[in-house]
Amino acid sequence: MSSVLTIKDLTEEEFTLPGNAACPGCAAALSLRIALKVLGPKTIMIVPASCISVIQGYYPKTPCRVPVLNVAFASTAAAGSGAVAALELKGKSGVKVLCWAGDGGTADIGLQALSGAAERNENMIYVCYDNEAYMNTGTQRSGATPRAAFTTTTVTGKLERKKSVPEIMIAHRIPYVATACAAFPLDFASKLKRAESMPVRGLKYIHLLSPCPPGWRFPAEKTVEVGKLAVMTGMWILYEWYDGGYNLTGPSKALLEKSRRRPLKDYLSIQGRFGHLKEEDLESLQRDVDEHWEEFSKKLGIRA
Amino acid sequence: MTGNHAVAYGVRDASAEVVAAYPITPQTQIVEKLAEFVEKGEMRGRYIRVESEHSAMAACIAAEACGARSFTATSSHGLLYMSEMIFWAGLGSFPVTMAVVTRTLAPPWSIWNEHTDILSQRDAGWVIMMCESAQEAYDTAIQAFRIAEDERLVQPVMYGLDAFSVSHTAEEVDLLEKKDVEGYLPPLEPSRLRVYMDPENPGTFGNLVGPDRMMEIRHSIKEAFDRARVVIKDAVRDYEKISGRRQVGLIEEYRCSDAEVVMITTGASSGDAKDAADYLRDEGVRAGLVRLRVIRPLPREEISDAVKGAKVVAVVDRDYSFGYGGILAGELEGYIGKKMCRFVAGLGGRDLTPEDFKGIAMKALEMGEKGDVSKEIWWGLKG
Repeated sequence: MSSVLTIKDLTEEEFTLPGNAACPGCAAALSLRIALKVLGPKTIMIVPASCISVIQGYYPKTPCRVPVLNVAFASTAAAGSGAVAALELKGKSGVKVLCWAGDGGTADIGLQALSGAAERNENMIYVCYDNEAYMNTGTQRSGATPRAAFTTTTVTGKLERKKSVPEIMIAHRIPYVATACAAFPLDFASKLKRAESMPVRGLKYIHLLSPCPPGWRFPAEKTVEVGKLAVMTGMWILYEWYDGGYNLTGPSKALLEKSRRRPLKDYLSIQGRFGHLKEEDLESLQRDVDEHWEEFSKKLGIRA
Repeated sequence: MTGNHAVAYGVRDASAEVVAAYPITPQTQIVEKLAEFVEKGEMRGRYIRVESEHSAMAACIAAEACGARSFTATSSHGLLYMSEMIFWAGLGSFPVTMAVVTRTLAPPWSIWNEHTDILSQRDAGWVIMMCESAQEAYDTAIQAFRIAEDERLVQPVMYGLDAFSVSHTAEEVDLLEKKDVEGYLPPLEPSRLRVYMDPENPGTFGNLVGPDRMMEIRHSIKEAFDRARVVIKDAVRDYEKISGRRQVGLIEEYRCSDAEVVMITTGASSGDAKDAADYLRDEGVRAGLVRLRVIRPLPREEISDAVKGAKVVAVVDRDYSFGYGGILAGELEGYIGKKMCRFVAGLGGRDLTPEDFKGIAMKALEMGEKGDVSKEIWWGLKG
């Protein structure tokens, strides 16, 4: 499973139309556009309370050219399960179910339903677009907010580390888990394609880092740059997990050696949410990244 | 069979397609039996063993949105845990049906009967019914789908079974022939659904609505409920034809026409109240009973019509709203045009016998004669 999509593999057809209500530079909107190009029109989207519920704009208009079921915050994966059951019963196995939820709706309030769906191994794709806080309500910390980041409920910086939902999903032994970053759309697209085309039934989970200009406090035109730095500094690792083993993907493949990684400071210093950090804080966060890689490298090459 | 099993048989015979459920006493037997039906191939449906009641209702909603007839069952804490999604189903017009075995809310823990749980969901846009017996539980399980899916309504339906006295009490239950149910309850056509997820005709359900449109959306549900009484009456009438058994519509009137005192009850203990009316009549007191089979839509006109000859009415609430009073009494006050005595009884599963109802009726007569019915009476309260 090494196929990587190119831009030519993506259809020119659009399934999310322009004129939606996303903020300028929104990586979630960008990624949703890519995702629907990969999955195509025979997709039912399940969306909880999140930025995406706002991005859809006001009823009776919608930018989405696939059916969208908006559901309550905690219920994404459960609603997905109901849709899957109904579609299978009705013999509509060609219709895919895509759950598309934020980090609050996934790592926090929706985790129970997601864990239940993963344990039952429901046949659907779940994408968490992770902008690392409750951005829709104005940047409150979530379980997925990284340590030291400013949010409106951690005004001196979050004390706790980021919760790893991909690792939680791997513990459920579902068929496919991957991380992605909105700044590498073809890596994300390839993973979605893989998730979609796997012959094995079950829950496929992709955790997509989604830089957020207003929440992370950087200019709207820097979304891709910030996302690239998240990966190139090693703060965010791109990988897949399937058949019991991990693979690095994209630029992360070349970053096992510490010297190949950009200093974390390059990533932190262009975001206002880390603007309050002192030199020793930066060093401490750099140590977190280095330790994470060391820990992660032990998992590589191991196949169950 | 027990009331719980009667519900499961009804859901099976109604050809429910998706069941999503989570266990809770005293409801669990319903979903156990349904799991057995699905696993043994007696039901074609899918069974989702969800991790919570909130997820159960979410799954039912999405299944309905994809065209599948769906069902769940719960009780007390499960019902309240599910509450956000109960409103989602009602306000989104998803015709799910649900059995609620009514049970006291904790703390302190109790598994016994009370109606406060189901009545707490009365503003959620659901039709709410109450069953008196196992037979009525079976009949209601089938009728509920017909009512929910009626194109004049398309709203969810929940029906209550009193904990243990209906849920766990075995009675003889007549089951219908499959072909009769099929004629009564046609397959759920997507064209009837308000919300249908169709990739051929994609739409977005539930995105933002501003103040300029929300009232109209709510009003359309109100109008559906204006039609609900007729929908229920039709469903009951047609069910009488296929079952050959008399069915109760919105209310059951028992010896009301010449009664001087009429008790108003709902659920299982209505049977004891009927016995009490019989005993009182043997003693020369003209007592009668109105049983609410339907609580939403609230059959105010039918009730006020049924009690028009009475000197006094006694509403017996097995529920309570603090700072307000018995819920049904509060809802009926001002509508029935009679002196109305308010009794709160049987909370937390305290037994209610025909003797209790005799006492309640006599107390109501006494209060009516004295001309002061203002006091709310907690029946059987220990000093």
